[in-house]
Amino acid sequence: MSSTIYKNKLPLIIFLVPALILMTIFLYYPFIMNIFNSFSDISGLGTAAKGLNDPWFKNYIRLFQDPNMITAVKNTMILMLSTIIFQVGIALLLAIFVDSIKVGSQFFRTVYFFPLVISATALGLLFNLVFLYDGGMLNQILQKFFGFTQNIDWKDENHFMLTMLSPVMWQYVGFYFVIIVTGLSNIPQEIFEAASLDGAGFWKRTYYISLPMIRNVLITCLILAITGALKVFDLPWVMMGSGIPMDESWLTGTYMYNQTFLRSDVDYGSTIAVVIVILGVVISQIANKIFKEKEY
Amino acid sequence: MGNKRFSSKRIHSYSFTTLFSYTVLTIWAITTIYPFVWVLINSFRVKGQIRSDSFSIPWPWLDSFTLDNYSTAFERSNVFRAYGNSLIISIVVTLFVSLFAGFAAYGLVRYSFKGKEILHSFIIASMMFPVFSTIIPVYRMEVHWGIASTGKLPLSLLSTILPQIAGNLSFAIVVLMGFIQSIPIDLEESAFIDGCNVFQIYFRIILPVAKPSFATVAIFTFLWSYNDLFTQMFFLRRPKERTITLLLNEINSQAGVNYGLMAAAVVIVVVPVLIVYVLLQKNIIKGMVAGAIKG
Repeated sequence: MSSTIYKNKLPLIIFLVPALILMTIFLYYPFIMNIFNSFSDISGLGTAAKGLNDPWFKNYIRLFQDPNMITAVKNTMILMLSTIIFQVGIALLLAIFVDSIKVGSQFFRTVYFFPLVISATALGLLFNLVFLYDGGMLNQILQKFFGFTQNIDWKDENHFMLTMLSPVMWQYVGFYFVIIVTGLSNIPQEIFEAASLDGAGFWKRTYYISLPMIRNVLITCLILAITGALKVFDLPWVMMGSGIPMDESWLTGTYMYNQTFLRSDVDYGSTIAVVIVILGVVISQIANKIFKEKEY
Repeated sequence: MGNKRFSSKRIHSYSFTTLFSYTVLTIWAITTIYPFVWVLINSFRVKGQIRSDSFSIPWPWLDSFTLDNYSTAFERSNVFRAYGNSLIISIVVTLFVSLFAGFAAYGLVRYSFKGKEILHSFIIASMMFPVFSTIIPVYRMEVHWGIASTGKLPLSLLSTILPQIAGNLSFAIVVLMGFIQSIPIDLEESAFIDGCNVFQIYFRIILPVAKPSFATVAIFTFLWSYNDLFTQMFFLRRPKERTITLLLNEINSQAGVNYGLMAAAVVIVVVPVLIVYVLLQKNIIKGMVAGAIKG
């Protein structure tokens, strides 16, 4: 910007300083402190550290010996994988269909996106009612229309994964849907017209034109799904509380909260938070390497 | 969108594929809408009947209809106070995020200075920090300052508001920068010649022109703050400090078998959001996506 208005740099201080101070104090400083905390001995949220752990990396060894942490990482990986397959998959399917219809596409967008604006806490409560053992919506539907005779305990060891994951999947499909629909609508029409003239049907056009053209959008979705899966907290917390059944449903986020608050093991909680960051960075880097973005 | 895209669509408009598309789309729409409808109708149902017959509609003239669930919800917990707390937090967070992010975005776009690139990546990078990784030190810091966990309502609200503002700034700056970049500088130049200083230029030109993207940022920030559970669970621990999400969390763990109460609680929280959503949905969808893609 060569404009003379912005030659005087003094006002810049007023423009930048409030935001930068807040971000430094509430994001950068705590982020670094959290790494320090993971090496310290802190037994209460409000209490000062009693010095370094002995040995200082004690918590990091403990991670590997803690069966609940292993469960949490495993479950988070399962969540991540199902996010990629089901959320992005269903979203892609729906986006392709919406892109192909004439009437009502705005309606479907509005409806699919709606769960995202509702607090996950309210959705957790809603799904607790849906998955209720005695008289929940799902059990009633199964018995009324599909001839089931017994209630299914949706939160037992055989079903908890489905019960925990499906609401998360359900809520975020609309998010990826809107991103993919936007990507599809940016494809130049001439390509489709040419293909149609050459006799390519709907499915062929989709496979040979739409999918390759939105490759970068899909990669964006993939990275978002990876980082998003690590941020999931509210829904599993409201539905599964303290890792029911029998410590089997922990996720990294819920386990971190549990250790920090309910067990007052603050330094171990910090360590889990560090693990969450590392997992996010490493996995999204790997995904980036595998699916390098291409310029068209 | 989607209409008149390519001519063959018109020819095959009633084809099998179209029918199939509509079927799949409708099925997903039903799975999205129906749980809400089910909860809504059951929030008006007499206790006990939810377990046996939850699909019929309890019309107001039937015996199965009741408003008890709502009166219990309002009696047992201070719903209005929770709304009040939620609104105070979300409105203050939204105002400050819009103000500071607008300033920072304007400064970053229009001024050229040393270290601008570094500052830009500093902002982008902070979008990657999950709240899990900052919350404990923030809490400890605020306890040290004497604003967190004091039992005083205004301080507790402040202790929630500050990290929420910081957490939304980077997203807001990125979205607003994208828009301010596209504003032609000529407007500002002519205002400058007319004797406006930069602050007048910002408030009289940039702000009105960039209104749509400010709306997007504001709506997104508001919803994020209103719906947040994790941060609020850390800072608001006393009954009088409860926000609407904390209230729900509370009802969830205390309602026991009172399913009608749970259903009513869900409706109480969802309805205001539904109204806002229907009114502002275009901005909301745009904002969510813009924020996510740029992150």
